[in-house]
Amino acid sequence: MVRNMARETIATRSNCFVEVAKRLVFLVLTIFMLAVNADDQLTVVSWGGSYAKACQEGYIDPFATEAGVRVQLADYNGGLAQVRAQVESSNVHWDVIDVETQDLILGCDEGLFEPLTDLSLPNGIDGSSPHSDFLPGTITECGVATLVGAGVIAYNTKHFESKPPSTIDDFFDLDKFPGKRGLRRTPIVNLEWALIATGVEVSDVYDVLSTAEGLKTAFAKLDSIKDSIVFWEAGAQPPQLLADQEVVMTSAYNGRIFNAQVVEKQPFVIIWDGHARDYGHWAIISGSSNVNVAKKFIQFAAKSESLAAVANRISYAPSRKSSWELVGDHVDMDVDMRPHMPTHPENSKRYFTINSEWWAEHKDDLTERFSAWVLQ
Amino acid sequence: MKPQIYQEQRRRWIPILLIAPLVIFIAATFVAPLVSMLKESVYEPDVADTLPRTVALLNKSWDRESLPSEEIYRTFAGELLERSTEGRAVIGRVSTRVNRLVPGTRSVWGKTARKLREVEATDFKSTLIDIDDRWGELELWHGIRQAGQKFFTRNYLHALDLKISDEGNVVRVEEDKRVYVTLYWRTFYVAVTVTILCLLLGYPIANAIATAPPTLSKILLILVLVPFWTSLLARTSSWIVLLQGQGVINDILVASGLVQENQRLELWQNMFATRVVMTQVLLPFMVLPIYSVLNSMSPSYMRAAASLGANPFQAFVKVYLPQSLPGVYAGCLLVFILALGYYITPALVGGPDGQLISNMIAYHVDNNNWGLGAAISMIVLVSVMLLYLLFDRWIGINKLKLS
Repeated sequence: MVRNMARETIATRSNCFVEVAKRLVFLVLTIFMLAVNADDQLTVVSWGGSYAKACQEGYIDPFATEAGVRVQLADYNGGLAQVRAQVESSNVHWDVIDVETQDLILGCDEGLFEPLTDLSLPNGIDGSSPHSDFLPGTITECGVATLVGAGVIAYNTKHFESKPPSTIDDFFDLDKFPGKRGLRRTPIVNLEWALIATGVEVSDVYDVLSTAEGLKTAFAKLDSIKDSIVFWEAGAQPPQLLADQEVVMTSAYNGRIFNAQVVEKQPFVIIWDGHARDYGHWAIISGSSNVNVAKKFIQFAAKSESLAAVANRISYAPSRKSSWELVGDHVDMDVDMRPHMPTHPENSKRYFTINSEWWAEHKDDLTERFSAWVLQ
Repeated sequence: MKPQIYQEQRRRWIPILLIAPLVIFIAATFVAPLVSMLKESVYEPDVADTLPRTVALLNKSWDRESLPSEEIYRTFAGELLERSTEGRAVIGRVSTRVNRLVPGTRSVWGKTARKLREVEATDFKSTLIDIDDRWGELELWHGIRQAGQKFFTRNYLHALDLKISDEGNVVRVEEDKRVYVTLYWRTFYVAVTVTILCLLLGYPIANAIATAPPTLSKILLILVLVPFWTSLLARTSSWIVLLQGQGVINDILVASGLVQENQRLELWQNMFATRVVMTQVLLPFMVLPIYSVLNSMSPSYMRAAASLGANPFQAFVKVYLPQSLPGVYAGCLLVFILALGYYITPALVGGPDGQLISNMIAYHVDNNNWGLGAAISMIVLVSVMLLYLLFDRWIGINKLKLS
């Protein structure tokens, strides 16, 4: 009798449990099914906006069609936080990611990206081997760079009708070119420019910055225009600051200024003198379940034609020489893309490539120092 | 008898089952991350695990005043070679950790491992120093020894602009690198001023909504809520349009002749803009709790006060205000705590003054230094908890009323 009663109690209780458990299982299954990736699917993560659109039309969609892979495009804002969170929790749902050089180096050292040393890249369209065709520094242990971008100074012609600025030195010259200047709130590139404006050769910039006096000189130069600086955070801001005439000159990404010049017909001019060159790399996130498809994607993206297809949509230059012949007019507009490329000979008279190895060593330290300087 | 037992049993289980999802949710999304964040800020085994023998020797047999002995150099070279065959990331992680303590030494590691493989060394001290001078500097060895501690306080020291000197004392960092303490104060100061501004502006609004006729009250409430539902970025950008040099406010001032064309006011890129925009953004969090308390207050008290001879001011101070205090406390606490964590808004409109402590947390999390980011966050968290305790001590948490 007692046993019977107990059994019944348990039965009723377990009925209730069964009901709850059933629902839970159903819920979990639903979530799980939503989260499960099909094998022939690839999640490609990039910066969004007109840049991601250019990549999508240029080679992401063609790749999807050719390889029969469903490609999902996701946006992020740079940095390694999300990548690291995924890798450390072993819950990797991104496969290929478009990273800046600094993040590539940091992530590669931390084991966040798959090594790509065994990846064979396609020959150039002219038959040249990848290693002679790609620009130096674009094929690395964990990434393949597909484009060349530039940090530049741009100005609004409304402010300088008779004698426009033309060099980095002019950016720091408040007497000759009075008015507010826009700068990104970071030491990177700003310190280099400040040094160049004090007369340091572009090729010596990082050697000089490695010395205590060099750093002091750079900060002192920045300090000389501090009261006129308007800090920006996001790449979309500088063209807006110029258009609103909040600043007379500003640092900016060349692609953004191109967009304002050509699409929005703004009277902006880029000063190519002393521009800061950097690459955009594709890397595969460590632990991705689609490594093979991801590698195929990078091989496809690295083709001469793919790179040129992007360059014909947005003003970022291809990272291999053989693509250059394929760069011409914009696909939709009557604009010759070549003069807008950072690598065009006219634009490359004086420039430096951002030394991301150097910045990987000094970024934390100098960001603190830069913040302290801004706070003063 | 039986059905009663079932009911008892069920009664006991149902509430547990009902709150279980919440408990699990809080444990998974709040407690677990908090604990792992705390751990991240004081525990980092990478260097000690990768170079155990070197770290042990540095702790045991190194005088810390002269260069380590040949034995340490030999042990270190052996371990470095051994571990560097296990993939780039193993040494990469060590070099990142040490570089945080001794900036500018990151690339030394990869280079040294590469060159060690090529040479047949007998005298490891001179070989390593030949490969890179920095192996002949005390600084780097101090860095390895410090980074070799699995448990440490250095992230907390760093987050307070302090460091451990090579002699082992806690000292302040160089003057041109002190940022964090200034930023805590600035963040705190901004949060306090924004809370006060919100209170001054929010109380009359809440009062108006609570006492207005129903139709008007509904319209006012919607006016408070609409911005609340609008994206933060959209609101911040609209403020830029209003405040900037060529913006709406300046244009109106110039058009009306109050301000000369060449003397447009500097309304943004400063602390003024930060405060104005944050106040506007956070105002609903002040208005709503106060409104809900005022709304449930009976108007008869005020009438009673008046009938007993109080003038409106006396009635307000002695009767109305004290009853509304629970809402005021709740609003102030909400606004203050939210304001402490704001950073997009100040970064966009505040110019050089726009950097607050959250920006630094975001920077370190993005740049893979989660330990330091966590330490800064913990300091902010603990300060907020202390303030909360003080609040409880002086005023009492039970006096707080959210609805």
